[in-house]
This record gives sequence, C-alpha cells and structure tokens, in this order.
Amino acid sequence: MSDAYVRVEDLKVSFPTEDGLVRAVDGVSFSVERGQTIAIVGESGSGKSVTSQALMGLVNKRNARVEGRAFIGDNELISASDEQLRKLRGAEMSMIFQDPFASLHPFYRIGSQLVETVRVHRQVSKDDARTEAIDMLARVGIPNPERRIDDYPHQLSGGMRQRVMIAMALINGPSLLIADEPTTALDVTVQAQIMELLAELQVQYNTAIILITHDLGVVADVADEVAVMYAGRLVERGTLNDIFYSPEMPYTVGLLSSVPRLDAVSERLTPIKGQPPSLINLPPGCVFQPRCAAASWLPDNACASERPELLSVTSTHSVRCLLDKTQRDQFAAESLAAAAGRAGGAS
Amino acid sequence: MTAPLDEQELILRADNLVKHFPITKGAIRKKTVGMVSAVNGISIGVAHGETLGLVGESGCGKSTAGRSILKLIEPTSGSLTFEGRDITGLSRHEMVPLRRELQMIFQDPFSSLNPRHTVGSIISAPYQVQKINPPGGVKKAVQETMERVGLNPEHYNRYPNEFSGGQRQRIGIARAVTLQPKVVVCDEPVSALDVSIQAQVINLLQDLQDEFGIAYIFVAHDLSVVRQMSHRVAVMYLGSIVEMTDRDTLYAAPLHPYTHALMSAVPVPDPQVEATRERIVLQGDLPSPINLPSGCVFNTRCFRAQDRCRVEVPELLEVTPGHKVACFFPITEGLGHDLIKGPDSGFVEQPTREVQPPSEVIADMESSGSARPLGADYARDGDYEERDF
Repeated sequence: MSDAYVRVEDLKVSFPTEDGLVRAVDGVSFSVERGQTIAIVGESGSGKSVTSQALMGLVNKRNARVEGRAFIGDNELISASDEQLRKLRGAEMSMIFQDPFASLHPFYRIGSQLVETVRVHRQVSKDDARTEAIDMLARVGIPNPERRIDDYPHQLSGGMRQRVMIAMALINGPSLLIADEPTTALDVTVQAQIMELLAELQVQYNTAIILITHDLGVVADVADEVAVMYAGRLVERGTLNDIFYSPEMPYTVGLLSSVPRLDAVSERLTPIKGQPPSLINLPPGCVFQPRCAAASWLPDNACASERPELLSVTSTHSVRCLLDKTQRDQFAAESLAAAAGRAGGAS
Repeated sequence: MTAPLDEQELILRADNLVKHFPITKGAIRKKTVGMVSAVNGISIGVAHGETLGLVGESGCGKSTAGRSILKLIEPTSGSLTFEGRDITGLSRHEMVPLRRELQMIFQDPFSSLNPRHTVGSIISAPYQVQKINPPGGVKKAVQETMERVGLNPEHYNRYPNEFSGGQRQRIGIARAVTLQPKVVVCDEPVSALDVSIQAQVINLLQDLQDEFGIAYIFVAHDLSVVRQMSHRVAVMYLGSIVEMTDRDTLYAAPLHPYTHALMSAVPVPDPQVEATRERIVLQGDLPSPINLPSGCVFNTRCFRAQDRCRVEVPELLEVTPGHKVACFFPITEGLGHDLIKGPDSGFVEQPTREVQPPSEVIADMESSGSARPLGADYARDGDYEERDF
C-alpha cells in the first residue's frame, strides 16, 4: 500500500438486520495526499456516505461491523478507542455534512459553537478563541463577522450556514476534511461560492479532502482523483483524466453518458437500465451485471457467476470488470461516441 | 428554432400573474403585517406539445408560479386562459372538469403518494374524480398506463413503500397522464432521483409528450435538465421573469447577467472544459421576497449594475423576435459560449427536438453555406451591439 498521508485499506462495514446482512461497504481501499482531493462518486445506497462515516468513527459499532484499516498519518482510525477518536475529530480530521440546517446546534450561537471547537482541542483562553473564531468567519466570507458571531443558526441563510460549518471544520487546521455532499442542498450560484471557498482554504491549510458527491460536474471541477462506488464496492478508481477520458468500467461509462449536460443537448438520453440492487440480495457475480449493457459480451454468462476483482490497468487506474481491456475500451468508445454523436449531431 | 409563437397557439397562458402571500400576526384577529411577493406579474404560456422550462434558484417563485397557473393556489391577480377560455374567476368546483386536462407531477415521490393507498387506487383516482368509465373498465386502463410508464401492471395492488424512488416517480407520472391531459406542470420531477434514474424519467416524459402531445411546464433548478427537456425557457429571479426565449438561443447567447451567472455556475462533467471555463461567482444571497430591492430585482447581486438599475425597474422587452429580456445593460459581447464550452471547442448547435426545419430548407441552407441554425449565428456575429435596446 502507498505511504500517502490518508490511507484506507480494505474497509468493510456491514449491518446485521432481520432480513440479512447488509454489506454497505465491501472492501474499499484508497489513499489521498495532503493538498489533494479525492472524489467518491456513487448513487444513493452505494456506500459512499457510510465509508466516510466509518472513517470518522461515526458508525455505531453496536449495530454495525467495521473491519479494515484506515490511517491519518500514524493514527489508525478503525481500531481507535472513542477517546482517541474524540481527540482526532475536529483537530486532525473533520467533516462537513450535506444539510447545514441539521448539523448546527439550533440553541447555541454560532460563536459559542466555534469557540467550543477550538477549546476542546487546544488550551486557549475564551477571548483568544473568540478572536480566532471571528477571524475564521471572515476567512469563509461571512460579512460582519464581529456581529454575525452572535447569531443563531436560524438567522443565517443556507449558504451562510454551510460557510459556518466549513469554518468550524477548518478552525483547527485539520489534515483531512471529509465533505459529504457539501453543496447538494444549495443553489448553484451558492454552490459555486462554496466550492471556490473550499479550494482556496485547501491551499491555505494544505488539507486532504475526501469529497463525497453524486454530481459529476462538481467532480470535474475540483477533484484530483476519483473513486466510483457501486453497491458498496469500488468499481473504478483513477485520476480525473482516467475517469473522464478513458473510463473502463461499464457503470462509469453509463454514468458519463447518461447525465444531461449544460454544454450539449441530445435527442435522447441513454439511461442505465434497471435499478440499483438491494444490498441484502446482491447478484452472485458482478454487482453491476443485471444492469450492464456489456454483460452479454462474455460467453457462458460469466458476469453473472464470477465476482471480478479491482485490478490495476495503469499505475493510477484500476477497474473491477471481467471484460478484458480491449473489450472495455471498445465498450467505452462505442457508448461515449453514441452519446457524443447525439450531442453533436448537427455539426 | 421555434418560430415566434402566435399568441393564439398557446393552449394555457397566464398574463400578469401575481401571487402574494400575506404574513399575519395574532392568533384571533389576524393582522396582515407584510407580504411575501412570490410571483410579481409574470406572463407565460405553453403551446400544444411544447415544453416551457421555468428555471431559477430556490425562492425565486417558480413553484408558486407553476401551482398558480393551475389554480392549485389562487393567484392574487392576473388572468389565466385555457384554450381561449378565461378561467381566472372559476371556483374550485367549476375547475373540476378542467382538472382532466390540467395535471401536475410533484418533486417528492415519497410525500406525493398516499402510503395507505395501493398503486392501483392512486392511479385510478382521476377516473373516479372525473367519473369516467373507460371501455374495458378502469382497472384495464390503469394497467395499460402502468405498462406505458414502465411499471409492472401486476403490481396494481402493491403499496408505494414497496417501490424505489424512480418507480414511485413513475407512479406519480402515471396518475398525471392516465387521462391524457393537455397540460402537465412538472415541479422538479427528477431532482430527487439518482443520476442513472434521472435519464430514464426524462426519456419517459419526452416519450409521453411525443405520443400524446402533452404541453409541459417544466419547473426545475437544474439548467442541464431544463436544456434537455425544454423547447422554450423562462429564467426567474425573485418572482419575475428576467429572460425568456427558445432553448437554443438561451443557451448559446444569454443576455441577462443573471442567466450568465447561473449558467457559469453549473459545473460541466468534463475536466478540460471546467479548467478553461470562466466562472462568474455571484456575491451574497437571494434578497428576501418580503422586502424586494428597489429598481431591478437583481441589482443587489449584479456585476453590471449601475445607478439606473437601483431606481428603475426594467421591463421584459422583446429584443429580437422571441427573445425577451428584462435588463438595461444586457450582455451582448458574446461572452456566452465561453461560459459553457471551453474556448477552443467549436460551439455545436443542433436543431430542437420537435421543431426541425423542413429538409428543403436545410438543403437550401447548406447550399448557401449556412447550415448553422440562427441562434448560434447571431450569438457569434457582433450585430447585437448595434441594436438599440
């Protein structure tokens, strides 16, 4: 495994339920350097949020099984005790959530929430912490931070609340920031502000960012590396260019060719057929096989019986698919050409 | 390109539609202390088989506009015309027969379906309300509709909770289209769905339109989805329409600064395009619709605002046939395509789905060397600057 600053090795999270074992995350590995951004892309139920919650120690171990290893620097996260995790959370690693309405405490002024974050981790006087909080609010672009610091969360707009969340997440200069759909609840113009802010702060603090999103546009805008998840597994991982310009896993190809685009218009979209599978009754072979347009390419219905491994194609790019490289390339080329053909028909 | 629509062609239209919600104080003697101006005098309409996209950020009044135009909420003022008949003053009771023609699809496939009713009874409700007995019975008609929208007709007796989000949205669509309405207002029909399911539902809506000639008013915040669905697009900001034109012109050459900012803010799933695009990041948030800014509603966040914008309200004026914009200083410098496409990728236009020029015309255009549709042309050429607005 690489010696990157943040490393996740063979992470597995499963929830025993009455209907059977739900394998929400099944053997996920990735790594990210400080100052870099990895985007985890997937649909709802693909396990992307559970992955991030497991890293933060937010999965309740009483009703879930978490296996594997994850490191920030020298700190191992999965086997860490609650107390160790409490020390790390907010200082070494922090998280911003999708819904800034639900993730700030409604009874406390944003100032006291920020001051608490500082004083839990560092020996700082209340006044100094408050000055630091005001400074941080100014950095995330809140106008009049001296006055705003005494506001309650409900007095702020959605975009402003997300800025407060970011201020709180970064006030101790963490080396890892997990952003779980940070802009999904926001309007596009506000999304642009927030993504720009995150990029600026990432440079200032040299933070590694794990960005969890379903929006391929946001990924193209900010990520360095991309991990595509489907039904709890990584199905493809690579650099931004690997994923967007030479995708190989039919699911990634399907995603790329099914999204409507602002810069092109098509006669008809090419959706991925069917529904994501239930995590309790996963298909015995490749998890994507029931929806895969290329599954019939292999003889003997191999995709339905054999589980593919995540294998490297190049040093940066790995794919989980039973097709061989030429077949994958051919499938991707055909699908993307069909999608581009619809888009650029009249040229 | 859509020809400038003859007013007569519009099957459903709203003129100067206004919806204000009073803010009241006091539990017993309710006193009105203010007004939320959700919609401030918009005029829109749709023609048979056409989709009008209504796009804007949350709080811009697009959903209120969509509901007011169906009289699901009573407009404060303005007039509504359906098939040439004034329906503004009709009572709830008088509206009932018209509901057969005017339907709605909702955003949330979870809260818009009654969890205690089976799929069959949800989709057959319109038949009961309208007291229609189709040949072969209601059940058969409903099952045909279910099959048409991609649901298994055998699931007639299941409950909504047994379905996934995408399938529930299909149930909502089936309920809306089963009586073959003339107009359907779709309020964010795909925004709650996963990416791979979105495309399925968009295709379904388009197929139904082609098959039954339904007119859609497509309310959404996602400009990419609106581009895929619409023939014409109206951009709303704080209760007003700031720009309205056919789809291809709007995306090739938007005139209003807000439309520019909105388009430049949408990330494109292509890293190279993203790296070369210029992004206009608007400052601040949407002002409160309780205290609208004076002058142009957008002046507080506009990067081109001047003194005049803070005092005078710009009217929505037609600057070229079919292209209306409400701005004193519209963007005419041809910034448009760089916002969407990278500088070195040639902007490729394509005829709209429905309105294609007859083949002779295309042949004619090709022989004269101008195969590009008009919208793209005038976006490129600088002849806008000479126009006097």
